[in-house]
Amino acid sequence: MEVKLRDEKKEKVENIKIPSEKPEVNLWKDAFRRLLKNKMAALGGIIVIVLIIIAIFAPYVAPYHYAKGNLLDNYAKPGSKYLLGADFMGRDVLSRIIYGTRISLSVGLIGAITAFIIGVLYGVISGYFGGKVDDIMMRFVDIMYAFPTLLLIILLMVLFKSTFAVTTPGTFVGTLSAIDRAFGGLFFIFIGIGITAWLGMARIARGMALSLREKEFVEAARAMGNSNWKIMFKHITPNLIGPCIVRVTLAIPGYITFEAFLSFIGLGVNPPTPSWGMMISEGYQAMRSHPHLALYPGIALAITMLAFNFLGDGLRDALDPRMK
Amino acid sequence: MINYIIRRVLWSIPVLLVISLITFSLGHAIPGGPFDREKPLPAEIIANLEAYYGLDDPLWKQYTDYLWNALHGDFGPSYSSRSRTVNDIIGAHFPVSARLGVLALIIAMVVGIPLGMVSALKQNSFTDYSCMFFALLGVSVPAMTLGPLLIWVFALKLNILPVARWGTWQQAILPAFTLGIGSAAILARLTRASMLQVIREDYIRTARSKGVSEKNVTVHHALKNALIPVVTVLGPLFAMLVTGSLIVEQIFAIPGCGKYFITSVTNRDYPVVLGIMLLYAIIIIIANLVVDVTYSWIDPRIRYT
Repeated sequence: MEVKLRDEKKEKVENIKIPSEKPEVNLWKDAFRRLLKNKMAALGGIIVIVLIIIAIFAPYVAPYHYAKGNLLDNYAKPGSKYLLGADFMGRDVLSRIIYGTRISLSVGLIGAITAFIIGVLYGVISGYFGGKVDDIMMRFVDIMYAFPTLLLIILLMVLFKSTFAVTTPGTFVGTLSAIDRAFGGLFFIFIGIGITAWLGMARIARGMALSLREKEFVEAARAMGNSNWKIMFKHITPNLIGPCIVRVTLAIPGYITFEAFLSFIGLGVNPPTPSWGMMISEGYQAMRSHPHLALYPGIALAITMLAFNFLGDGLRDALDPRMK
Repeated sequence: MINYIIRRVLWSIPVLLVISLITFSLGHAIPGGPFDREKPLPAEIIANLEAYYGLDDPLWKQYTDYLWNALHGDFGPSYSSRSRTVNDIIGAHFPVSARLGVLALIIAMVVGIPLGMVSALKQNSFTDYSCMFFALLGVSVPAMTLGPLLIWVFALKLNILPVARWGTWQQAILPAFTLGIGSAAILARLTRASMLQVIREDYIRTARSKGVSEKNVTVHHALKNALIPVVTVLGPLFAMLVTGSLIVEQIFAIPGCGKYFITSVTNRDYPVVLGIMLLYAIIIIIANLVVDVTYSWIDPRIRYT
């Protein structure tokens, strides 16, 4: 907007140096800068990125194949040939840990994405409409919330593994098992974890939507004639996303633990696909003489969870406007 | 207050009904019955067994029969251990899980809360950073890593504690520690954050200016108020202990309810599965209710409608 200045002031105005471009102030850029300044969060982020790269390029990074083992070398000690030793079938532990990264990371990330999408959608709809709709939707969440999660997941996994072991092609069940096999046995774990993961996210999103819908910008948007859906997704949701991302990043270690435990009790991925939980349970039986079989996958698990926790903590501090 | 408690208790009834319905349906949706053996039993024997246990009734009748019996305290027979009822089984295994859980909770509170307090009082010192680092480790290292690690260090290398199983007090140390350390870390971080906030309050400054000794300020004025958020987190912490106990029981071969749950699901022992699921759900509901009531009792600013 051009303001006409009076002539006497013209020289003074022209002497003022006005920067030609405004520095861009943006919640995300700000948060990113603060995240990078936080050493532990940056470390966590780097570890996560390294893990993702290892998972994607596993066949190139791993020295040996995860399933082919040399029986002559079984129970080899960690040394020059097998960097972290070999398991009871002579398979290299390091390679199996590297391939296991794929399983844990995919479960963690898909669980997070499912929880985020379904949870935020559900929560925003419930919180924005309020009243009866909110009541019913939240009652459902409250009831599901009282379920002991791990018990429900175990029940679901036993159901999936036995019902869907059918291989006849063409039927619905048959196609589901085919998808499962294509995923390396992970598909049902995704469903199992996804069913319970979105509940916490829905609660948080709903709480925030409830408070956000009273704000003036929502009223302004409504006055400008925006439809309900547009307000929900263009105005309310972007304001929720910060804490939701934090919450979901901090929940990823939980999903990884669930998957590891399911594999530990044998309800997870099918062998020979290596999962850290399965490696721990197999190595557990040889703890007395070959502790490295159970300890190294455990350390890998701990490092992954540590990285996500660091990252989540850092994100929370970076996105918190009170800490500015 | 009484109204609130009554409403919560009444509300938990439909929750338990839904949980029992879902568990019942899931249990029966899993193919295979409890009488499948490697070598299939003759058809007449299976028919007899099913008639005896009422498994040939239509599903809705089985469900309502179960509910009716459950209301009278009878949770049915166990299909895999022929001589025991579910009540016997739960009665035998639950005290073990309960003892483990209580020990873990005690460790969590005894280790976590003082650690958090000390960190807050000496903020940004070396003590603070190291305590918080250990708390972060405690939150991140899962039971599945910590369990075998502790077993390897203390039982196999140093030989001072037994490896697994349950019975003597030495056997209780490692599992309780493994289960409790995660909760201890959460309590430490929460206590520290809450204490940091409380110390900056005006009434603490008043107390100090009155001449109250630092020790009294900490213990009598700050600590009680700092513990309020800690009490609220005890509810979800209970649920975490329930979940974690399954993992720890599996690792240390402790004959508790969690381990039995997994075995019963694999054996299609429906009544035991339902019984344990309902038991854990009831525990979580009661824990949450007690925590909410205690919270409103200790903080007079909170009043439930």
